[in-house]
Amino acid sequence: MDGITPDLLALQLFTGLALGAIYVLLALGMSLLFGMLTVVNFAHGAFYMLGAYAGILLLGFGVNFWFCLLFAPLLIGGIGMLSERFLIRHLYGRGIDYPLLLTFGLSYIMVETVRIFFGTQGLPFDTPDALQGASDIMIGYFPTYRLFVIGVAILVIAALWLFLERTPYGLIIRAGARDPQIVRILGIDVARVWLVVFGIGTGLAALAGLLAAPLQGASPEMGASILAESFVVTVVGGMGSLVGAVVAGLLVGVVVAMTSLFAPEMAQVAIFALMAIVLLIRPQGFFGRAGLMS
Amino acid sequence: MLKVEQLQAWYGRSHILQGIDLEVKKGELVCLIGRNGAGKTTTLRAIMGLTGRAEGRVMFDGQDVLKLPTHKRNGLGLGYVPEERRIVPGLSVRDNLRLGLLAAHHKASEADVITEVAQTFPRLAERLDQDAITMSGGEQQMLAIARALVSRPKLLMLDEPSEGIMPVLVDEMFVLFSRLRDQGTTILLVEQNVELALGIADRAYIMDQGEIVYQAKASDLLADEEIKERYCSV
Repeated sequence: MDGITPDLLALQLFTGLALGAIYVLLALGMSLLFGMLTVVNFAHGAFYMLGAYAGILLLGFGVNFWFCLLFAPLLIGGIGMLSERFLIRHLYGRGIDYPLLLTFGLSYIMVETVRIFFGTQGLPFDTPDALQGASDIMIGYFPTYRLFVIGVAILVIAALWLFLERTPYGLIIRAGARDPQIVRILGIDVARVWLVVFGIGTGLAALAGLLAAPLQGASPEMGASILAESFVVTVVGGMGSLVGAVVAGLLVGVVVAMTSLFAPEMAQVAIFALMAIVLLIRPQGFFGRAGLMS
Repeated sequence: MLKVEQLQAWYGRSHILQGIDLEVKKGELVCLIGRNGAGKTTTLRAIMGLTGRAEGRVMFDGQDVLKLPTHKRNGLGLGYVPEERRIVPGLSVRDNLRLGLLAAHHKASEADVITEVAQTFPRLAERLDQDAITMSGGEQQMLAIARALVSRPKLLMLDEPSEGIMPVLVDEMFVLFSRLRDQGTTILLVEQNVELALGIADRAYIMDQGEIVYQAKASDLLADEEIKERYCSV
């Protein structure tokens, strides 16, 4: 354990938070879809991957990175809304496995489509110029881009919170998650709200994929591995809980970063061990309501 | 205002409503009574579009609404307070009221609406920021009624409003219903408390086994012990 100084630990903590920020964005979307629509979205990883490729496509058209951050999630969120409107909507009320199987199939179609148009090889994704290099964060130098990722996640969490807690639309979403029927009785078209929720959830996944691309490049398979990890985050936080998604996302990110510092060979297993422990002690996750699935 | 013709409704495979005919005229307070399981709640739910399958005609303001989705029926002016009150947990009293206001077609501001609610239901006004589900059953019922009223429905349908509520509050509530009627809200009331309901209603329908079996002026029925005994005693 020589050479592990408090500063190094602190820097690794930040690395974990940056990784966690990506998980948070993914898990927020996943939890939103599950909490409101009872859709376990197996295509969430594919939407994440599409976000990265939408970035590549837009950059190729000469759009700068900052606009990509806005347009890629909008574009992919739009695709998400189309799939809700024309495919998933017909399966509401039929039990949890129908949308699960549908989104599972959908993810294969999306991955294959990307392979056809962008090739089976991964593509590099340059860190935007303004975010290259490292910044002094008092405890040492830390990659600027990772700081940026953390910052974006904080902004998104704040914006989502304000949207849900302070806007009429957010009120409908919160009420609709608890009791869609009374919302209909009060004259509100819940189907339209669900469409928007699906757009937000998949748009957040796309943003996560775009943000992750400069760290690891883009590949058609990038969504498959992170899908499992974001399920872990969602389950640990409590399915359907947004606070849980944030807390568990950051925790899992830090756990992965710390394990790769102390026991790199355990890094892949660590988060599943964490999930097993949490589920043994608290089956509904940190903030989940017990019996949601029953 | 509301004219239901040969309304049939099913829950899954069970055929609950066998062809209901009933009418509520503008400005009337009509009550629908009968034993448990007679089909009163199903009638209201079918009018609101909440049963799986329904046939017949539900004419509201001259338009057949049977094929319309629930939220559009509300938009036409059909207000409904379901039996279970359906206060949304985790939402404050204010947010529950806001929810009722969101789809309203009038232009009154939230502040105006809160002032109106405060005049009618002073207890709610004191608890605007409380989590609504922590209030007493009576207060929750008041909120459910207030929430249905903020969109100013032309017809208000109430399902068992007195159920599980302290008698003193029930009396207060029925005074409110007759006042609402006097102020121009048409009301269709489903109620177990037959004497109280007939006391304020203009007309009454009695249901049994999914059918309307009797109808009369409320005052006549109030005096008719035999009919009440036959269809309403438990």
